[in-house]
Amino acid sequence: MAEVKIMLGNEAIARGAYEAGVKVSAAYPGTPSTEISENIVKYKDVIYAEWSPNEKVAAEVAIGASISGVRAMCSMKHVGVNVASDPLYTIAYGGVNGGLVLVAADDPGLYSSQNEQDTRCIARAAMVPVLEPSDSQEAKDFMKTAFELSEKYDTPVIVRTTTRLSHSQGPVTLCDRVEIEDKPYERNPAKFVMMPANAKGRHLAVEQRMKQMAEDACTMEINRAEYKDTNIGFIASGIAYQYVKEVCPDASVLKLGLVHPLPRKLIEEFASKVDRLIIFEELEPVYEEQIKSWGIRCEGKELFTVQGEYSANMLRKALQMVVESVPAAVVPARPPILCPGCPHRSVYSVLKKLGIHAAGDIGCYTLGAVPPLNVVDTTICMGASISSLHGMEKAKGKDYIKNWVAVIGDSTFMHTGVNSLMNMVYNQGTGTVMILDNSTTGMTGHQDHAATGKTLQGDVVSAISIYHLCKSMGIENVVEVNAFDTEELERIVREETARDKVSVIITKSPCVLLKGQTFPDKCVPVPEKCKKCGACLKPGCPALTKNEDGTISIDETMCNGCGLCKSYCKFDAIETKAK
Amino acid sequence: MTKNIMIVGVGGQGTLLTSRILGGIMVDAGYDVKLSEVHGMAQRGGSVVTFVRYGEKVYEPIVEEGQADVLIAFERLEAYRYAHFLKKGGAIVVNDQRIDPITVVTGAAEYPEHIIEILEKDHNVYRVDAQAMAKEMGNSKVFNIIVLGLAAQHMDFDKEEWLRVIEKTVPQKTIEINKKAFLAGYAMK
Repeated sequence: MAEVKIMLGNEAIARGAYEAGVKVSAAYPGTPSTEISENIVKYKDVIYAEWSPNEKVAAEVAIGASISGVRAMCSMKHVGVNVASDPLYTIAYGGVNGGLVLVAADDPGLYSSQNEQDTRCIARAAMVPVLEPSDSQEAKDFMKTAFELSEKYDTPVIVRTTTRLSHSQGPVTLCDRVEIEDKPYERNPAKFVMMPANAKGRHLAVEQRMKQMAEDACTMEINRAEYKDTNIGFIASGIAYQYVKEVCPDASVLKLGLVHPLPRKLIEEFASKVDRLIIFEELEPVYEEQIKSWGIRCEGKELFTVQGEYSANMLRKALQMVVESVPAAVVPARPPILCPGCPHRSVYSVLKKLGIHAAGDIGCYTLGAVPPLNVVDTTICMGASISSLHGMEKAKGKDYIKNWVAVIGDSTFMHTGVNSLMNMVYNQGTGTVMILDNSTTGMTGHQDHAATGKTLQGDVVSAISIYHLCKSMGIENVVEVNAFDTEELERIVREETARDKVSVIITKSPCVLLKGQTFPDKCVPVPEKCKKCGACLKPGCPALTKNEDGTISIDETMCNGCGLCKSYCKFDAIETKAK
Repeated sequence: MTKNIMIVGVGGQGTLLTSRILGGIMVDAGYDVKLSEVHGMAQRGGSVVTFVRYGEKVYEPIVEEGQADVLIAFERLEAYRYAHFLKKGGAIVVNDQRIDPITVVTGAAEYPEHIIEILEKDHNVYRVDAQAMAKEMGNSKVFNIIVLGLAAQHMDFDKEEWLRVIEKTVPQKTIEINKKAFLAGYAMK
């Protein structure tokens, strides 16, 4: 009997890639997509897998592999698709040689993202087909279907997942890997050299392909009409399908596996057979608008929001079914925070003391925006800290940014920050850039990058030196400092922000959660010396709590012993002791 | 009949490991299972919740308000936050630990008093100071498995099955201590 294993959606996607005979996989980490690559690398004997510096590069690596004749993929979170959209829009014209799949992980509900965009909108604009699985088993199966469709229709294919699917586990029946023979490579400029004359022809080919696919979609197995009670019929895909089945197990459902292009005839037939047609799609009304444009009467966003994550209860309420609920207790919120021992807290405590504003970026250090630190003023997208600070300077002059810095992590700097820094140098900016180098991609759970010296497959390689990279741009003032040396850091920040030139401060200290990273001591309060001033609490370390008498306690299991609280106590009322 | 379990706590407390053990035992018993977890930003000290559903056929991966049979809470305030997810007569298994959220640390909010007593009014509450027990065993990290052991009393699996899945799921070096922790919770009155 075939083995059944409980798998995370992302793990199942990786398994699907393995079984489909994928040979190359490239990605940049991003919640909720990261575990795809972390699982693909388990098959490194037969799949080459890498962390690329950003999603554009990852997509291009996969494209190159496909052109050479093997099945290849890239994976990324939804906002990563924006970064990769340049190659995506054009390879949609070129098509493939070996099957090519881009896995995009959307984040309805914004569990860990800066926006709630819907990848299906990009896919429609780029004219790329989209598959949408609705559980772990389908996540695996649809990967295989995606590669088949990619090769059959000569197109890249997007497999769209969402946080709920990617981070849910369910049983998956495992199959063997199918070794796909490499396709021969033949030079074909009309297909792969996208200059105007060639691209004109390919645009026609793309339109024709999508039309053909839409027709064929009516008989594809992954688009399935489940006829039951026809008083009410739903059209749904992805995780939303599960909510429909949960709430209305006896209703008719048209389950879409291919959500772009749509199977028009199949939808028209389904619509004609049900009395009330409801479109239940998370985020944007992508198929609702198309279906309505065909003159089909249906309800969708009149009943459901375009914001946030859907649920069975949301559907129950829309159908005016009884939902049993007890009011939630009113309790203090528990937002995410920097961990005890996090080097970012140390850096922010200094910036806060100096009254400095930070143009921020994407990573754990975005949490410097929230109390009690309140240092980060802006967060837009990967790499934007440096370029937006430059824009402020060009708008308001160099004195305006004397109390500003850009803060960016090491991984984000390698992603797209480096371009922004080049721009600052080239266009005679004077900004101060702080690269918070914790030797990893932290927020997504510790992935390596070009400056860590290790690859996804575990190979030890020469680490690109961020210091020398900055120096090579001609920046004179590049300073490295220990993130926990608050006194020295304060002096450097004062000095560099005062300068009328670009400077880079690289604060170095590994993420405290990195394996093998540990401080030798732990912090212990000395109540008899405590003046109850609360200075130690200011950096906002969660291991510290204020006692009723005004002294403090330090939670032994949480404290990592970084000593930041101690450095803020003028009365020696916190000691460090060996663990 | 689908059974719904929730594991709640503070990011970093080990909810993911516990949910893996739960998922493992249910699949081995031949149930359809769905688990839903939180990764990413919330794992940085935020409030985290894992949903576990098992039965003959499970569609929705999340547990909604008023549906949970068992609420496993690794921290008091988190038990309180999610108590309204319990169905009538559901059980709360709570690790009697207090971790102040940043809103409390900064003085913007107060940590509620008498949480357990309030919860006991409407629910069957089983409390354990798993931190202290784990420390006594010599590994404070296994507190979550003690809590799981206590919660296992409210689920339909044999002790031996639990131990077998723990053995399969936890890192090799920690099998013995995790088994010991589970049994300590399982034996609690």
